[in-house]
Amino acid sequence: MPYSRRGVLALGMTAALFALPACSSGANSNGGGSGNDKEVEVFSWWVGAGEKEGLEAMIADFTKKNSDIKFNNAGVAGGAGTNAKTVLATRLQAKNPPDSYQVHAGKELASDIEAGYVEDLTYLYEREGWKEKFPKGLVEAITVGGKLYSVPVNIHRSNLLWFNPATLQKAGIAAPPKTWAEFLTQAATLKSKNVTALSIGPGWTQKHLLENVLLGELGADMYTGLWDGSVDWKSPKVIAALSTYTKVLGFSDLKSAAADWQPALDKVVDGSAAYNVMGDWADGYLKGAKALKFKTGYDVVATPGSTGVYNFLSDSFTLPVGAPHKGAAEKWLVECGSTEGQDLFNPQKGSVPARIDADKSKYTDYLAAALAEWQNPQTKIVGSLAHGVVANNAWNGEIDTALQIFVQDTNVGKFADAVAKAYQANK
Amino acid sequence: MKRRLRAWGPGLLLVSPSLLALGVFVYVFLGWNIRVSFTSWRGQKPVYDWVGARNYTELFGNERFQIDVRNLAVFTLVFIGGSLALGFCMALLLEKGVRGENFFRSVFLFPMAISFIATAIIWRWLLNNGSGSSTAGLNRLFANLGLEFLRSDWHKTPSTWAIAAIALPAGWALSGYVMALFLAGMRAVPEELREAARVDGATEPRVFWHVVRPLLLPVLMSAVVILAHISMKTFDLFYAIDQGNLRIDTPALYMWFTTFQPGFYARGATIATLLLFGIAVVIVPYIWYSIRSERRQ
Repeated sequence: MPYSRRGVLALGMTAALFALPACSSGANSNGGGSGNDKEVEVFSWWVGAGEKEGLEAMIADFTKKNSDIKFNNAGVAGGAGTNAKTVLATRLQAKNPPDSYQVHAGKELASDIEAGYVEDLTYLYEREGWKEKFPKGLVEAITVGGKLYSVPVNIHRSNLLWFNPATLQKAGIAAPPKTWAEFLTQAATLKSKNVTALSIGPGWTQKHLLENVLLGELGADMYTGLWDGSVDWKSPKVIAALSTYTKVLGFSDLKSAAADWQPALDKVVDGSAAYNVMGDWADGYLKGAKALKFKTGYDVVATPGSTGVYNFLSDSFTLPVGAPHKGAAEKWLVECGSTEGQDLFNPQKGSVPARIDADKSKYTDYLAAALAEWQNPQTKIVGSLAHGVVANNAWNGEIDTALQIFVQDTNVGKFADAVAKAYQANK
Repeated sequence: MKRRLRAWGPGLLLVSPSLLALGVFVYVFLGWNIRVSFTSWRGQKPVYDWVGARNYTELFGNERFQIDVRNLAVFTLVFIGGSLALGFCMALLLEKGVRGENFFRSVFLFPMAISFIATAIIWRWLLNNGSGSSTAGLNRLFANLGLEFLRSDWHKTPSTWAIAAIALPAGWALSGYVMALFLAGMRAVPEELREAARVDGATEPRVFWHVVRPLLLPVLMSAVVILAHISMKTFDLFYAIDQGNLRIDTPALYMWFTTFQPGFYARGATIATLLLFGIAVVIVPYIWYSIRSERRQ
């Protein structure tokens, strides 16, 4: 016997150890390639209340129309998709893409386009006639190099000022401010009455406020110019707008900022703060979780200086290069862009449909007003910074860092310089 | 040769899967990470060029990284100092033989069993700095006890020492562990040595100082090494307590924030490499010391 019993045993156990992980990996591999369109894997971060129901309604409609396709809902939880994006990045780099994935419409997709991860969907827009069905401003904002890479499902609005009518009445304020200058005057009054003028939350809500102060102070055209390099960040008007931002922050509760956007809104609900700048997902929170009545329990106007402007952000879906079930994925994208799909999803999620021919009767209270404004051809459409529309991920990340330093040292010139430099380095 | 193989072979074969897995998943990736730190990789597509030490020089001039390093130094100092002092005192008290020692030992040790993320969620509320009617957490406790002067803005204090407030939850979680280390160390001191000292007429404090203390040195060293590397790699605690607040930002957080969403992969790898060397500076001398003392025995 050339081998001892001990040796054979060791060999056997070693083999077993190697075999263990191999067992599980077999189940993961799917067919791959084209031809098999019997299922579709859709990757999103829509797992929270409201959005989950909306997605499920859309999936139900999709499977009704395509009964031969099995829908595989690959959702990853985590606020605003931060976790999902990390998971997705590894999958895309490993060339193991889902059939379609969720992304904020606009520049957030730029790095994926550059890396060649997503297919050009212009043909789908032409086939479905979407270019006429989506507002021109939206199509322009999501066009990259003359091509369209994603299908927007919903539209959220960023430039909204939420308030509690009772608080304003008690403080003797007749109406919410029309300009940021008027806001500062009101803020002084509120301060003398021991009410915080503006409640604020973590870093991203501070960026959300920044974009809307810039929009209100500079106007829609100049605001848009900030993001394509045509407006100089160090020009006097921008510097003035940035100093307004520091003044606005001075009247906020930044020193004891809330840990998230909901507790920041709670301060408006309980009357310890007068205003809060937040996107229209606040409507779902105030109406649902807080059970308040629109107009009496809470109310909303466009942020100062931005009436008639829709500062949008949008969730959209893509077709990755090398999607295992391309045909089925196309059908999913058609569902995303359809009136039925959008009208099923949006009332649940608390957003308005991207299409201008959506069914108005499905939207009530705040959403009715929002939809009317979205469908109004006079409305100017600009994109949100904090939610990935106007700045690519690299620039956006550098702005985050610069902004966190800025809110602490309030050095306007340094911030403008840092943002301008980061634009040059990352455009 | 064949005989040697007989003796070593089966053992080596048995550990080979874990050796291989360690080799690939730790050391190969470690090398890969260092390689990436010398590239200009930005965005989703990997780039393997060579830019020399550019990422390192850029990082040293990066304002956020400078803030992070300073924060980490403050945090490490307060966290290690606090945990050691608290853990040592608890061990000293328990060593004196209190009633229900087992109970207290478990109570002090339990916080370590809670994950940092849960600890952070609890302490995020305890360290709330709201004032007036929205006073909450520890400040509320102080107010109810009539100790208003202890009120603090914690990690939101506009000061470079703000991050020291996070040493509170971190110390809360780990001082029990330090206590266990010290307690084991104290118990390992042979009773005969103490007896001998007492017979020679030494008072209890002197027994402790001249007999027990020198024998605790290895324990102290392992405690410092363990705490130092925890302080450098901790991510979840800061992340969950106040996301994006630069007053409690550390290199570990910056690495994550800059790599995945904005796509500065090379910069993230550079921070990771520097963290690795930071930890190596602490751990390598410790390993060298323990190997040497093992050999001596």
